[in-house]
Amino acid sequence: MPRRLLGLLLVMPALAVIALLFILPLVMSAVGAFQLNGGWGLGNFAKAFDLYLNDILFSVGIVSLSTALIGFGAIAIGGYLTLGAHPVAVTILRWLYRWPMFIPFIVVGQILRTFLAKNGMMNNTAISLGLMTPIDAMSFLDWRGIVIAFVWKQTPFVALLVAGAMASVNREGIEAAVNLGASRLRVLVEIIVPQVTATLAVGLILSFVTMMSVLSVPLMINAQSPTMLTADIAFRVNAYGDYGVANALGLISLVLASSVAWIYLRISLKERA
Amino acid sequence: MAGLRLNLSVLWWLPRGLIFGLMAFFIFGPLFNMALWTVTEKWYFPHALPLEYGFSAWARVFAPRGGALQSLGNSLTVAVLTVIVSLAFAIPAGYALARLKLPLRSLILLAFLIPQAFPNLTVYVNVARLFYEIHLNGTIAGVVLVHVSHGLVYAVWIATAAFSAIDVELEQAARSLGAGAMRTFRDITLPLAAPGLMASAIFVFLESLDEFTGSYFVGAPDVNMLPLLLYTAGSGGNYQVASITALLLLVPSLIFMLIVERFLKADVLSRVGR
Repeated sequence: MPRRLLGLLLVMPALAVIALLFILPLVMSAVGAFQLNGGWGLGNFAKAFDLYLNDILFSVGIVSLSTALIGFGAIAIGGYLTLGAHPVAVTILRWLYRWPMFIPFIVVGQILRTFLAKNGMMNNTAISLGLMTPIDAMSFLDWRGIVIAFVWKQTPFVALLVAGAMASVNREGIEAAVNLGASRLRVLVEIIVPQVTATLAVGLILSFVTMMSVLSVPLMINAQSPTMLTADIAFRVNAYGDYGVANALGLISLVLASSVAWIYLRISLKERA
Repeated sequence: MAGLRLNLSVLWWLPRGLIFGLMAFFIFGPLFNMALWTVTEKWYFPHALPLEYGFSAWARVFAPRGGALQSLGNSLTVAVLTVIVSLAFAIPAGYALARLKLPLRSLILLAFLIPQAFPNLTVYVNVARLFYEIHLNGTIAGVVLVHVSHGLVYAVWIATAAFSAIDVELEQAARSLGAGAMRTFRDITLPLAAPGLMASAIFVFLESLDEFTGSYFVGAPDVNMLPLLLYTAGSGGNYQVASITALLLLVPSLIFMLIVERFLKADVLSRVGR
């Protein structure tokens, strides 16, 4: 048997799993979005925009804000790990920042719900430190809670990728700039970050897609309106068995996620040209 | 002058300590809060700490009718089966991707990333519909299949890296001493790749244990799993049970992540995704 054929035979079963259990349902959802009672059309999308336009904008806003904060945090952590002057401080940070990465989203939702609640530990600590009075205590379990949960969970992942890329940036250029008197912040922004944009973009796009598809965090932290599209999709299916509108909402979130990837591809192609 | 510089460098620990302290508070605060809830008997506003401590929630969770034992059993069964099925697919695929010349090799590798790179909620909704037709909805097998599709990227990518990190000459030596292809694979290649395969098994196990969305649509309400128990307890306002379940999910994640570096050596890690 030729080696190529043997290789394909060995890979085929695994590929078939992806094709049958992911690509087929993905196509079904894209087709189902245009399926109406006894025909085809854009009715599901009209209904989706009619009922959930606020939630679509809300989702885009939340995920964009979270992505920006994650990027900022990842650069700050990676930058300190690369340029930090004090080895002990760098070691502390390296040990500290990774923990949330290992914690499942469903657990993140639960523990932040108790932490950020009106009588949660965050407010209680601020009160006992005298930073605020019990009357000022307010719940963060709205859009802020979702953003905090996303940033809490995803920043370590992107920081890990970015720190790895920063570690492989040529040290000579950095040292030359430092010797010429450039501040470390300037070295980070002007020399290091431009060299790790590809890694940063990959990490942020993966985070963007992940946040667009997480159901547990919005369900646990804030399921009232306005909420994330994922909660709406689950609601459409569970409460009404309305697969048409659910699929339309799914296609909308797919388009949103892939447009981010597309923008990234455009920028990176332009840079290479 | 030297004394002044020393003082200045010590002063730097003020902002550092403040920032690290805040980070530690926001990272470990929620975890500590969860740990407190697991041993709370009574705790209400505006008290900063529980009023009474005790283990009655643990007794309730682990009572025969508490549901936790059944959920834990289901979760572990599904996770172990997911690992077995994923590796059964990933070992041949990984070997082929590492050793045999395949057309479109990088595209094939990328195909396994698809389930992670698209929003997967609607996919699971439609999988549930498909499974309903063929009576797989609400069965362990159905949940395992969904978890396999999601975990294959770790299994295949790490297995490929593990096989390509093995020196080809070792296999060639075995072949030239008269061992057949299968025997070489079983006695030489597989044992050498074992640590990497173990690492991929750990990743798949954790993915499966923590997976919520797929289990929610395909498994519930017939197959109860730990994440679903956590969700129901949490939305019912039962923070003790929810926190104990969260702890049960958290401990394996933390243990496995601490030991995974033992199995995932740099020579394998640098080849992941290539």
